[in-house]
Amino acid sequence: MKLTLKIWRQKNAQDKGRMVTYPIDGIDGDMSFLEMLDVLNNDLVSRGEEPVVFDHDCREGICGSCSLQINGEPHGPDRLITTCQLHMRKFNDGDTIVIEPFRAKAFPVIKDLMVDRSAFDRIQQAGGFISVNTSGNTIDANAIPIPKSDADSAFNAAACIGCGACVAACKNASAMLFTSAKVSQYALLPQGRVEATQRVLNMVEQMDKEGFGNCTNTGACEIECPKGISLENIARLNRELLSAQLKG
Amino acid sequence: MSLLSSSVMRKFAMALSGLFLVVFLAQHFVINITSVLAPEVFNQWSHFMGTNGLVQGVLQPVLIFGVVFHFIMGFVLEIQNRKARAVRYVQYKGGASASWASRNMIISGAVVLAFLGLHFYDFWWPEIMHKYIESHPEDPTRYYAETVHKFENPVRVGLYATAFVLLALHLWHGFSSSFQSVGFNNKYATGLKGFTKFFAVFIPLGFLFIALYHHLNPIAH
Repeated sequence: MKLTLKIWRQKNAQDKGRMVTYPIDGIDGDMSFLEMLDVLNNDLVSRGEEPVVFDHDCREGICGSCSLQINGEPHGPDRLITTCQLHMRKFNDGDTIVIEPFRAKAFPVIKDLMVDRSAFDRIQQAGGFISVNTSGNTIDANAIPIPKSDADSAFNAAACIGCGACVAACKNASAMLFTSAKVSQYALLPQGRVEATQRVLNMVEQMDKEGFGNCTNTGACEIECPKGISLENIARLNRELLSAQLKG
Repeated sequence: MSLLSSSVMRKFAMALSGLFLVVFLAQHFVINITSVLAPEVFNQWSHFMGTNGLVQGVLQPVLIFGVVFHFIMGFVLEIQNRKARAVRYVQYKGGASASWASRNMIISGAVVLAFLGLHFYDFWWPEIMHKYIESHPEDPTRYYAETVHKFENPVRVGLYATAFVLLALHLWHGFSSSFQSVGFNNKYATGLKGFTKFFAVFIPLGFLFIALYHHLNPIAH
């Protein structure tokens, strides 16, 4: 397969950056998208040029590291997959593929296609946890009866891998889907209710501090999320926050 | 966190003001449709709305506050949202995952706002002039003829029709979205969403019908 890649190149956070065109040949349909970039980087290195920097780790859709905007969509044209799960058979010989980093003020570009998503870590640190005494008296979580539907909803919310596709897809660069998933996974469980009020206040405050945009319910985040995180979580966060505000 | 300092509470306030305006819109439609069905009822109700102390002294200022709050918040949120993505994508397929109506609320909202300016110029300002500046004596029978007369001009009807289409698009996303914003998402959500979509089409179409009806059926002078 012969392709034309238009890739965002940016030396560092201060550099303005630009799109650079790379023709590439010999791409097999069974290669993953990241393997195709590996081939490109091998070519670039063999020519003495700087390889394209991009995030990746597990390459099996679990870690949430890969974060490319491919032809105008986060993780490319397929649904419910990450960039590392996207295969080149989804493209045709002769195609031009535009590859950009996830764009958001809160996700500054570090280099080329790699962005700093530590804003998500700080939101998580603001309240995305439960305080448990681990001094030897820990109660087995399974000893607490939980309705199956709540357990399932909490698990579905916890499936968020924090890749940032929701922010990348949203026209407002809002992080509501991520934050709401992290709020929901605890809000639905008895262990999480104890700190629910402070959790939602702190996480939303941190989300706003990071400079993400406002959610306008376009639903793009849900469609582009590789883990299918539902907008129901955003409604739950809204309820949680309103309730927390009323409690003062 | 003060009330409007949180993005979620701003969204909540935006939803509540929007829901309030939807209720007003329904009430406005019910009165307007009587101009087609029963002109004498239209005159009675218009006279009541134009002279009742509670409507004029309390509901009208609350409505104006609701409109001003909704559009100022709309523009403020739009500016904040644009700042949240300072560097734009070279290629962005917003249409692949979200509807045009949901992505362009600022455009449909701005058109509806411009229409409100025209509508105030057409109806509200002449009413204020008539009642409070020129101090004409009360005439409970004048409203129907004054309204029909406004729709003789095809340019005005065209502008109103355009605004009603954009109003429909604004409601298509905004009405259902406001329930999501206030956290309403349960087993009734699907049915409610269906109702909001019906309302979003029916009410603007109804207003369009009223404008066209009066344009095509002018009062003989």
